[in-house]
Amino acid sequence: MSSNEFYTLKVNGAEHQVSDAWIGESLLYVLRERLGLPGSKGACEQGECGSCTVYVDGAAVCSCLVMAASAVESEIATVEGLNTDGSLTDVQEAFVTEGAVQCGFCTPGLVMAVHHLLDENDSPSELEVKEALSGNICRCTGYGRIFAAVDKVVAVRKGAHQ
Amino acid sequence: MSVLIPHSILEASEILAQHPAATILNGGTDLMVEVNFNHRRPDSIVLLRNIAELRDWSTDAASGTITIGAGLPYAAIEKGEIARLVPALAQAARTVGSPQIRAAGTMGGNLGTCSPAGDTLPVLSALEAIVHLQSIEGARSVPFADFMVGPKRNSRQPNEVITAVTLPITEQRQGYSKVGVRNAMVISVASACFAIVNDTPRFAMGSVGPTILRAREAEAYLASAASNLNDITEEIAHEFGRIAASESRPIDDHRSTATYRKHAIGVLATRLALKGI
Amino acid sequence: MSAVKTKRDVLGTSSLRPDGNAKVKGDFAFTSDLHAENMLWGATLRSPHPHARIISIDTSAAIKIAGVECIITSDDVPGQLTYGLISSDQPVFAKDVVRYMGEPIAAVAADHPETCRRALAAITVEYELLPVLFNAEDAIGDAFQAIHPDGNVIRRQQIIHGDTSVEGDVIVEGHYVIGMQDQAFLGTESAMALPDPDGQGVEVFVATQWLHEDQKQMAACLNLPPEKIRLVLGGVGGAFGAREDISLQVHTALLALRTSRPVKMQYGREESFFGHVHRHPATVWMRHHATAEGKIVKIEARFVFDGGAYASTSSAVLINGVTHTQGPYKCPAAVVDGYSVRTNNPPCGAMRGFGVVQACFAHEGQMDKLAAAIGTDPVTIRLLNAMETGDTLITGQPVESVAPVARLIRETNEIPLPPALSLDANELDLPGGSGITAERKHIKRGIGWGVSIKNIMYSEGFDDYSTAKCTLSDGKVVLKFATSEVGQGFVTLAPQIARSVLGVTDAICDTIDTQIGSAGSTSASRQTWMSGGAVDGACRLVRERLFEHIGAQNNIDPIRFAIEDDEIVDTAGTFRISVIEASQGITISETFEHHHRATEDLDENGQGNCHVAFAFVAHRAVVDVDPELGLVKVVQIATAQDVGQVLNPLSVLGQIEGGIAQGLGLAVMEEIIVQEGRVRNPSFTDYLLPTALDAPVVVARMIEEYEPQAPLGAKGVGEPPCISVTPAIVAAIRDAIGKDIDRCPVRPQDICL
Repeated sequence: MSSNEFYTLKVNGAEHQVSDAWIGESLLYVLRERLGLPGSKGACEQGECGSCTVYVDGAAVCSCLVMAASAVESEIATVEGLNTDGSLTDVQEAFVTEGAVQCGFCTPGLVMAVHHLLDENDSPSELEVKEALSGNICRCTGYGRIFAAVDKVVAVRKGAHQ
Repeated sequence: MSVLIPHSILEASEILAQHPAATILNGGTDLMVEVNFNHRRPDSIVLLRNIAELRDWSTDAASGTITIGAGLPYAAIEKGEIARLVPALAQAARTVGSPQIRAAGTMGGNLGTCSPAGDTLPVLSALEAIVHLQSIEGARSVPFADFMVGPKRNSRQPNEVITAVTLPITEQRQGYSKVGVRNAMVISVASACFAIVNDTPRFAMGSVGPTILRAREAEAYLASAASNLNDITEEIAHEFGRIAASESRPIDDHRSTATYRKHAIGVLATRLALKGI
Repeated sequence: MSAVKTKRDVLGTSSLRPDGNAKVKGDFAFTSDLHAENMLWGATLRSPHPHARIISIDTSAAIKIAGVECIITSDDVPGQLTYGLISSDQPVFAKDVVRYMGEPIAAVAADHPETCRRALAAITVEYELLPVLFNAEDAIGDAFQAIHPDGNVIRRQQIIHGDTSVEGDVIVEGHYVIGMQDQAFLGTESAMALPDPDGQGVEVFVATQWLHEDQKQMAACLNLPPEKIRLVLGGVGGAFGAREDISLQVHTALLALRTSRPVKMQYGREESFFGHVHRHPATVWMRHHATAEGKIVKIEARFVFDGGAYASTSSAVLINGVTHTQGPYKCPAAVVDGYSVRTNNPPCGAMRGFGVVQACFAHEGQMDKLAAAIGTDPVTIRLLNAMETGDTLITGQPVESVAPVARLIRETNEIPLPPALSLDANELDLPGGSGITAERKHIKRGIGWGVSIKNIMYSEGFDDYSTAKCTLSDGKVVLKFATSEVGQGFVTLAPQIARSVLGVTDAICDTIDTQIGSAGSTSASRQTWMSGGAVDGACRLVRERLFEHIGAQNNIDPIRFAIEDDEIVDTAGTFRISVIEASQGITISETFEHHHRATEDLDENGQGNCHVAFAFVAHRAVVDVDPELGLVKVVQIATAQDVGQVLNPLSVLGQIEGGIAQGLGLAVMEEIIVQEGRVRNPSFTDYLLPTALDAPVVVARMIEEYEPQAPLGAKGVGEPPCISVTPAIVAAIRDAIGKDIDRCPVRPQDICL
């Protein structure tokens, strides 16, 4: 049992202490406003847009619906942790080159969702891609270039294996 | 103000005995929406997510049942072995919110919230699931019909943890459908589960009444009209749908109209009765 | 000969976004990501009632809450108490009366968002409820007392054109209803204000479409000279029209000035629904008269746009609606009456398509009725009436723009239809999607058409311009402008222009702020034309100066120079020099203001050359419908769009696909439900946006015909994609089920009951 006058979160492999926090703060709020990790975006506060997608113990979840103080025993990974050397991951690269980014607000969440999808399924069907990304709303692109980016990553990864 | 994090059901029940006013948190997909929208200001939280035994599931060959931990995320129910054993439940789980919601949300949450639009609840109703609860005073098991007592009301006592749900494994047809005005990630306008258990048809309806409704008259009609439940005529299925619709008690709200919901539930009943024949 | 050329992203290439890497990594700073030392959070108290008199506001308990630094109401506004884009009729804070649910009453600054929420809850407002004007028709005439000193009719405009006595051999009539759509940008309203140390000015980072208009309105309300309000564009998470009006700008700046501390405000999603204007819901009646062969001879129409409680751009939306009555078709006579009115519903203003969406939904419904009445098909009737360059609009204005309407229809028609739904189609692919409500046998397929005309740039005599500065030094170009980048890609286009004009490779955009002249609004599909024209003009001025410099150095008449790839070449000699070398050690900077040609007001009969230019598009929709449950899956959208010169194919495609998704939303799911002035679904749970599983296959053709009026030959491409796709989808639903549907969005009950 642990109580939470202050608490520690493990984010992208590093421990962060959070003190004087209000109990109702979401993981999204704490990441953005207390830990200096604003890459995860908030657009709905109710798990209906996916912009705040992070991994909690390996599961892709909406950080707006994780009570931050409840995540003290979890491993949290955010978009900032995808590639720490400053370069782009293949998914990020494909989002840029295929035109999947316009305003970019949904982008970090989508990048997290696509990585998660392709980690679990290296050759998803068109419908599997659509279902896997159905929790990430994009208002600018109409999704066409996002699907193109996923297709490109799948093709490049396959080519690399051959 | 604190978050209490037990690691066993026993520990959780001890905490709840001391803090009966505490708010239970598991996946967070209901509670945090209320917190974020300023509708709820919980004082203390008991987190169940780190209790491994709540994520267990097992089958019992003798009784022909499956028992699923209340803390197992929908993502683990919608596919794999559970999906093979209880396909209607898997289908219901697959319609819950988004992939991210299904990775966090649990049946325990669906039961704890007990919304008439709770996606898995028609399955629990049709399959006459048993809900298991635990408190420091002991364990008890409640049929789903006695568990959900009204819209967002259930018979869980403040000191009880919902631990698991037991469902029959049947070799007979079962199906689930949900109507929403979008092709994914949508709250149900009408949902339904049709199942044949021990050669008896069952039909449960969501979002068309204050609780999950069983269409008892329609079930009785079908049992008598169809000599073989795997050989139902279109005509009988339509009458089944008509009766089921007449048993629904929907309302008008911003998501739909009572008239449409009644109509839709009848269509779902007809289609599910015929599906897989 | 010069060495092997590096690839340069000039005009016509799919140059990539300069902010793309930052955006995919989560490093791009949206306004809501900004932080300042010692920062306070701001929050807004809003009316729970659509129409009420304010008896009293008591903030005494709220100000005592620990962490609360400041509470402001109308009494604290130092300057003008109202603001507005066209008429200044909207209060910064409601003072005596609230006119819509969600109207701001007070704002608070505190140390934490939760402290703000508690403070808002502690403010007591006493209201006397007033009768709610929620039916737009009741706002016309004397049925309801004026709910605002400016009256209940914001504007009325008639159009009387041609021989109005003409009667058609064939007459078709329809009543159309368009629901209230939300722009639903993902990055909600956000601003951060940093007060000057002397308290006499403020720097504001804000997500907006038009920095200088915000600055002008803020200056009036804050009673400060405009130059004391320095606006900087914070990262913008989409706009689509909803950031053209003031939302939290004045509140944030005032809280910062009052507390002498940085203040950040950011709306949550629910508040965002109350914090910005929406697309006007409208009712449109049209009666088309045609010859027996189907040629339109006259159109009669009546429009009512519900503007909600405050004017915003309602008067301009009305003009767009009525002047686009005929659609992209020839029409010699018209009698049109249009109103935009004030109600106690949420205020409505700009959204992608701006009044033309409503007109198009009606005229395209009419075209299908006309085709049915004379026994022909949707393609033939549209080709028969297709507008051409040189035709006269019902306003008397000649269409001087490239107008390839027939070609758009033909090219769209040539796009192959999608394969028939296979017998073993995946259930997820059927209407109902993941709800698995149908089997293949329940589904019917339909095909529908929509074609549209859209005015681009501002109308009715507005002296619209954009300003840009180009600075060349050591082969590098820095471009400065105040053009709001909201995701559309102007920051990609501007360097492309510089590379093409100046032969450089290295071109970047400076901070977007008010330290240069206005760029106008990122709206009306105008920035490629207007700010593109300004950047092009500034770059050309710099090129002239560079040519003069090199000419003087080498004793060559600068008129002989041209840019060839990355070199300056003497077109009458052999001299050549790379631009990098030519600009070593010098700095040339030029500013250019691009104005489009003048337009006119409409007269009382709606006659006048009120628009600058026009763009056209055709859409063909293929949908699968579950007729019994009323559920729809849009399968394919085929489109050919009149784009002028394509400057960046990837960007154009992005606009086309994105616009189509928004039009799809209006066709089948997106509607703000307002009952007696109360918004019932202000959340993403209940206001539904298309997901990846709702996205159709889009097959797009860009029809390239150089537009001579446009500085770069390119037409704006942002709005057309979302306009006629909505009626095309609704027409496809009608085709699938054989039933008349005259409203959008189409609800399940409209199909099956």
